Amino acid sequence: MDKISVSKPKKFKRNLIILTVLFLIVASAWFAGFNVIEVMINLNKGSRLLGRMFFPPDLSYLPNIVDPMVETVRMAIVGTFIGATLALPVAVLAANNFIKSKFLHGPLRIILNIFRTIPALVLASLFVAVFGTGPFSGVVALSIFTFGLVSKLTYETIEAIDYGQVEALMSLGANKMNILRYAIMPQILPQYMSYTLYGFEVNIRAAAVLGYVGAGGIGQTFEFNLAWRNFDRVGTIIIFSFFIVLIIDLISSSIRKRLV
Amino acid sequence: MENIIVKKEINYLHITLRTFYYIVVFGLIFWGFKGIEYKGIMQSASGSINALIKGFLNPDMAYATNNTIDGLPFAILETIAIAISGTFVSAIISIPFALLASQNIVGSKVSKIGKLIVTMIRTFPELILALIFISVVGPGAPAGILALGIHSIGMLAKLFSESIESMDLGVKEALESCGGNYFEVLFRAVLPQVSPELMSYTLYRFEINMRAASTLGLVGAGGIGAPLIFAIRTRSWSRAGVIIIVLVITVTIIDQISSRIRKRIV
Repeated sequence: MDKISVSKPKKFKRNLIILTVLFLIVASAWFAGFNVIEVMINLNKGSRLLGRMFFPPDLSYLPNIVDPMVETVRMAIVGTFIGATLALPVAVLAANNFIKSKFLHGPLRIILNIFRTIPALVLASLFVAVFGTGPFSGVVALSIFTFGLVSKLTYETIEAIDYGQVEALMSLGANKMNILRYAIMPQILPQYMSYTLYGFEVNIRAAAVLGYVGAGGIGQTFEFNLAWRNFDRVGTIIIFSFFIVLIIDLISSSIRKRLV
Repeated sequence: MENIIVKKEINYLHITLRTFYYIVVFGLIFWGFKGIEYKGIMQSASGSINALIKGFLNPDMAYATNNTIDGLPFAILETIAIAISGTFVSAIISIPFALLASQNIVGSKVSKIGKLIVTMIRTFPELILALIFISVVGPGAPAGILALGIHSIGMLAKLFSESIESMDLGVKEALESCGGNYFEVLFRAVLPQVSPELMSYTLYRFEINMRAASTLGLVGAGGIGAPLIFAIRTRSWSRAGVIIIVLVITVTIIDQISSRIRKRIV
């Protein structure tokens, strides 16, 4: 009987990749001075801080943080609304199948990419330096960040739509606006709403920490109490914002599941 | 010729519900706008914007080419190192969490608890984790790595468990019917099947962590954030400009490389 030999795939390339990745990880850990043993030794220090924060938290402080939390939610709502509203027309312009002009969607995408790359916290600290402290700077930062995020996701959806409907309308002699209204919008709107809600979830989390750089909301109260080392109040703030964010997340993601 | 008229049925319940949703959504937006007081732009705003633009157009090149520990290249490299190590730590820890949250591995009751734990981790802000870890290991990059490592579990374990739940169970059942024990099933059936997706998700999280790592420095957890916030607070716009420009370029390049690898993996 003939021997059946199954030649194994070449492993050289695969091993090389694994070695490179391992090298990158080890080099990064070394470069950043990450030492597992040191972390283990110091763990009890962390547990002491956690003890001062959460066992017990200063629950009598709770009434004082309701207003900042309400402000945080408002910032997230307004930021999401402005950013997502601006994102829809821009996404239509940035998609390469609606307007076929490289001169338009090339530069537009670069700008959107820059907006998305700069973290919301950095944007917020820039606006605090320009507009002064307060929720307004935070709203501007969240709007820009949401705009970049939602328009990118939306133009990718527009590019992936079923083109049959567009062609059907074109063969009937529909103009661009008709195509947009009757072929593109009905296909992308559920997705767009879902991205907007996703942006809202991201923004709630971002808004909760924006105050750290002076851009309003609960983060400001947090930073203040941390600076004064009122750790039991910090614990209350963390627990409270944690539950608010968790509840909003659960509501929003259950709506998203029904949308798409 | 007969006219074909398609009559649309009117569903009053549907319309009422829709109107109700619209009212709720617009009410919320209105409520939001009411609370954000616009105090007007500061008197100095136009001056600040001019200075900001001037600073961005004249980046601080001396800082960008300073190859010592205080220079920009070191801070950028440190940011990348934090992102890589943090992602690696979280990818490893995420696997047990993902198994705990997967319905087809531990059953539906346990997986619900697992999913809740994962959601809770995801909700906890990384900046606060960074503050906690700073008190553990002191200020610096290791605190940032731990913060990213823990926070990323929230997203990675969720995505991992989704891909475990949607995998083909045949291989697992075949091994079980041959008498394979739990770990044999795990390492020979479950993980090999989902590993390409796991790697792809890990890379995706690495891209996110690159951005997160650049803000961790705000609270003292290493990386580019600390020099950046310092430059913004002291309004040294030419330095802030060069940091933001280099950061945007670095993140964009890493995004491109990573998404190209992801496309080839899956």
